[in-house]
Amino acid sequence: MRTIWGGRHAIDRLGALLSLVGLAALITLPFVVFKANRIVPGSPRSLFLLFPLWEVLAFYGVLALVAATALRSVSARVRLAAALIGIAAVTLAIGAAGDVLTPLGNKVVRVSPGASFWVLLICLGLLATDAITRLRPGPAVRVLFLVLFAAVVGAVLASGLLDHLSVMREYDVNASRFAEEARQHVFLALGSVSAAVLIAVPLGILCHRVPRLRAGTLGALNLIQTIPSIALFGILMAPLGALAAAAPFVTDMGIRGIGAAPAVLALFLYSLLPVVANTIVGLGRVSPAAVDAARGMGLTNWQILTDIELILAFPVILTGIRIVLVQNIGLATVAALIGAGGFGVFVFQGINQTAIDLVLLGALPIVALGFSCAVLLDALVETINRTVR
Amino acid sequence: MIEIENLTKQYGSATVVDRVSISVPRGSITVIVGTSGSGKSTLLRMINRLVEPTSGRVVINGIDTTTEPPHLLRRGIGYAIQGHGLFPHRTVAENIATVPRLLGWNGARIQGRVRELLNIFQLDPGAYAAKFPHQLSGGQQQRVGVARAFAAEPAVLLMDEPFGALDPIIRAKAQDDLRDIQRRFGTTIVLVTHDIDEAFRLGDRVAVMSQGRVLQYDRPAALLICPSDPFISRLTGTGDRAMKLLSLTTAGEAAEAGPAEGATVPASATLRDVLSDLLWSGAAVVTVIDAAGTPCGRLTLAGILAHGRPR
Repeated sequence: MRTIWGGRHAIDRLGALLSLVGLAALITLPFVVFKANRIVPGSPRSLFLLFPLWEVLAFYGVLALVAATALRSVSARVRLAAALIGIAAVTLAIGAAGDVLTPLGNKVVRVSPGASFWVLLICLGLLATDAITRLRPGPAVRVLFLVLFAAVVGAVLASGLLDHLSVMREYDVNASRFAEEARQHVFLALGSVSAAVLIAVPLGILCHRVPRLRAGTLGALNLIQTIPSIALFGILMAPLGALAAAAPFVTDMGIRGIGAAPAVLALFLYSLLPVVANTIVGLGRVSPAAVDAARGMGLTNWQILTDIELILAFPVILTGIRIVLVQNIGLATVAALIGAGGFGVFVFQGINQTAIDLVLLGALPIVALGFSCAVLLDALVETINRTVR
Repeated sequence: MIEIENLTKQYGSATVVDRVSISVPRGSITVIVGTSGSGKSTLLRMINRLVEPTSGRVVINGIDTTTEPPHLLRRGIGYAIQGHGLFPHRTVAENIATVPRLLGWNGARIQGRVRELLNIFQLDPGAYAAKFPHQLSGGQQQRVGVARAFAAEPAVLLMDEPFGALDPIIRAKAQDDLRDIQRRFGTTIVLVTHDIDEAFRLGDRVAVMSQGRVLQYDRPAALLICPSDPFISRLTGTGDRAMKLLSLTTAGEAAEAGPAEGATVPASATLRDVLSDLLWSGAAVVTVIDAAGTPCGRLTLAGILAHGRPR
């Protein structure tokens, strides 16, 4: 336990830091911001002007209790409960502020969460994550936490509690496109990773078997990794465009200089290095004695590869796949710039229109998607690690 | 019967194994002993074609090993190595069943064989069959590794420093067990080691290798009594060679006729151990008893000492 001093008055260091940051944010930064329409600069609104005094005091009281628990309590379960209560309080408060600040039927005014809302949410999120880490849950329990959390977030969004907040307003306007861009984003990330696995694992096996190929292959893939994503999208537009112009059947397959084709190709290229490198490392870690014994007992080369080497290397290879999946969920955002679609569409439209709410509509799902994939694949890697030792 | 004829392995200009010819009688243990880099492991690995010879040939029971695809040849030859090489993702039972499965045995036969081997190697099948290798001690892992090599009832078994990673007490036990199991199955074993004591303990015949050549291939006693090369004397050591010689003969083999007298020793004890007992107790004669406890002769101090001299 991280404490400043021992004994009955022990103070938790992380709890102290998070409480201080949260308090400072509440004092100095706005909790809720009001805008007459979506592009004018907003002005902060004090909670005391929006709600009866006792309600505001009750809200601050709950936050104070959460801070006190974070400072003192040693039980991870209690800390987790406090963090979740804090998150609920902050969410309810911002939703209520949206309702109060929006005149009935008005679709022009925008109510946005202010900086202190985000800081509080991050502090409470860190407190919850720290508590979960201290509980040392197994992979199944972590996935259960994720599913529960997703269900609660979904229920809150569906309940209309946050409907008067600016991000949800942007969602209302873009609802039909949101589902489409979500599918496209998942397609860009998953499609490129799947294609990369099909190529990179055999390439890694080849590099493992033929050490002479290793340095050259890894060097070339490293070089690709250093090209900035926006530049790589641009580089691929020219040859794919030329290919489409030269061969009509290529265009019929949906391959053009802009759109999904160069995006998937670029994401595919970025995915190769981690998967190839992890395949080589994973195969290299397989006990040479086990492989020698397998060969000496009469397993064929193919049996040694599929029954022994790949199974033992699988957790390391899967770790590589986890890295590129999370990486590509982020990188796919940029693909919107070359017409490939995905959540990046909202991000870049929002930037162009200086509408930060629209940026959030694109950015928040990307963060959620990346986080969920990381938790799921980490749990999978750990589960497999427990069976393949 | 394994005939190794003029076997040579060259890597570029380096000759690792140089025109080796030895013949391993059926049902015996031949130990190849030498320092590291002597070519002993390469010689062993050429028998099951893990290493392809540059020239020469290996004939097992009258059949040239090159007439069969290497992986099929290896399924008929047991193989055990230092550090056991167990598959970490498979249970003890699955590890032992590896070659029987490759040979397409039916499930009941495989299960029966696994149980039999676990019992022979003193691992209770109920407790150990479903365990993973990392759940076993080093000595248990090694026993499973050797059991796996015996699994498909091979006529020939190759072992490369199988006990190299074990501590001395467990190693002595493992060597005794191997000897017993080899007698029981009548397996022809070729074993590689750098440990001359292990070679004397296990080998019906010992081949001493240095720089790719076999310097002498003979019974252990002959290596002590008439070494063909100064290297062999250095390897066996001359300081305690009389004691080593005594350790090669058992009380049962040396027993003389005469009245039962003094303490009793089992027929399986070595003369070295009997001599040590006599020195310790101050006695001059002991009675040798067989496994059933029946006296089968006697040993005197003078009789034992005569076995410690070259004749």
